[in-house]
Amino acid sequence: MGAAVAFEGVVALLDRFPALAGVDLSVQAGEMVCLRGPNGAGKSTLLRACAGLVPVRGERAEVLGFDLKAQRRSVRPHVGLLGHRSPLYGDLRVDDQLRHCADVHRAGVPEVSAAIERFALGGRLGEVAIRRLSEGQQRRVALACLTIARPRLWLLDEPHAGLDTVSRDALDELLADAVEAGATVMFATHETGRSRVAAARQVMLAGGRVEPTAPVSQTNGPTDVA
Amino acid sequence: MWREIWLVCRKDMIIEWRARVTLVQIVPTVLLVLVVFAFALDANPSLLGAGAGGLFWVAVLFGAVLGAKRSFDIEAEGGNLDALRLGGLVPAAILWGKAAALALQLVLVGVFAAAGLLVLYSVTVHDWLLIVVAGLCGMAAFAICGTLYGAMTVGLRSADTLLPLLLIPVAAPVLLAGTRAFDVALGTSADQGWSWTALLAVVLVTYVAVGWAAAGPLLEDA
Repeated sequence: MGAAVAFEGVVALLDRFPALAGVDLSVQAGEMVCLRGPNGAGKSTLLRACAGLVPVRGERAEVLGFDLKAQRRSVRPHVGLLGHRSPLYGDLRVDDQLRHCADVHRAGVPEVSAAIERFALGGRLGEVAIRRLSEGQQRRVALACLTIARPRLWLLDEPHAGLDTVSRDALDELLADAVEAGATVMFATHETGRSRVAAARQVMLAGGRVEPTAPVSQTNGPTDVA
Repeated sequence: MWREIWLVCRKDMIIEWRARVTLVQIVPTVLLVLVVFAFALDANPSLLGAGAGGLFWVAVLFGAVLGAKRSFDIEAEGGNLDALRLGGLVPAAILWGKAAALALQLVLVGVFAAAGLLVLYSVTVHDWLLIVVAGLCGMAAFAICGTLYGAMTVGLRSADTLLPLLLIPVAAPVLLAGTRAFDVALGTSADQGWSWTALLAVVLVTYVAVGWAAAGPLLEDA
């Protein structure tokens, strides 16, 4: 399989600040990558750049075969991004939100039903306004939307934040299933235990660059499992 | 493209149906503006009748500012605009879908404002067709203008104050032509009402052209 993400010397400026200052990164299709690093290291910007939402420069910036320097918009329909905040409409009911996601991504009833079942969003919960849900429940709705979108590249920023243990396990299972189905997954997290379970490869960012790092199995202790 | 416009418009209308912000917040504000003007003009029937057309459009313009702000607040919340873009929706579809939804909400506001004029200002309508055509053209123009500036200011810290500062001057031609057309329709002026309505249509077409040109850069960089 080819590279899902091929970055060489990628630079992204946010208000003239180099949030990415020469990123070299290659992620193979079907791979799962965990982005690590301190606050402000550029993890979120890297994910947004991969989604085609941030203008980039550099020697090479390709995602799923699309050149981000020339066709940033073309990659977007193939990518799913879940940022710090859940992209949901607070006034919509859960079922309205899921139907909207399905319509936007041209998904059918089976995909919506599967997402509802996977994230336990059926029954009376479907009729509740998003803004009345807890943070964890909102995160589950956002993940259900991501599932409905069926992206080729999953980009998740702190995906486990706000979720209870059961939902975290469900998320890990979801990501594993996505990889098994051929999708590529990149996620940023500060949770050492969870990332160790989920990620096949760990990438460390600092100061807007990728730092050389040891494999996960060598960086985390054997008991560091959530 | 039409499917995408419909998706965005329908989503905004469902949000409005669930939250009822137009009905519960914007319409009362617009009616309050009409009441306040009536107080300010000392409830003088002849004065109120003479200014009814202008007061209608001023009140609806306030409603348009509130509606446009609200329309993009819901997109800024949680990064929903990014989600629409990642859904592959073209910027023009997002813009026209939101403009269509805002126009529908402004029609609702306009109906209540017109009813307010009839009740509070005791005006008599001489030409209903002129009122309807000029009203629809004007509200569509307000909606497009509001959506453009809403997109321009979305996510800015100063959006609350910047949006009316940008929108009101640009909407002035609509305010002027709409007022003249309404004055004729209400029988307070012997001017050429349909000429002013034609001018409203020209302004509307201009805003549509600007919208087509600006949608990409505005929503790409928002």
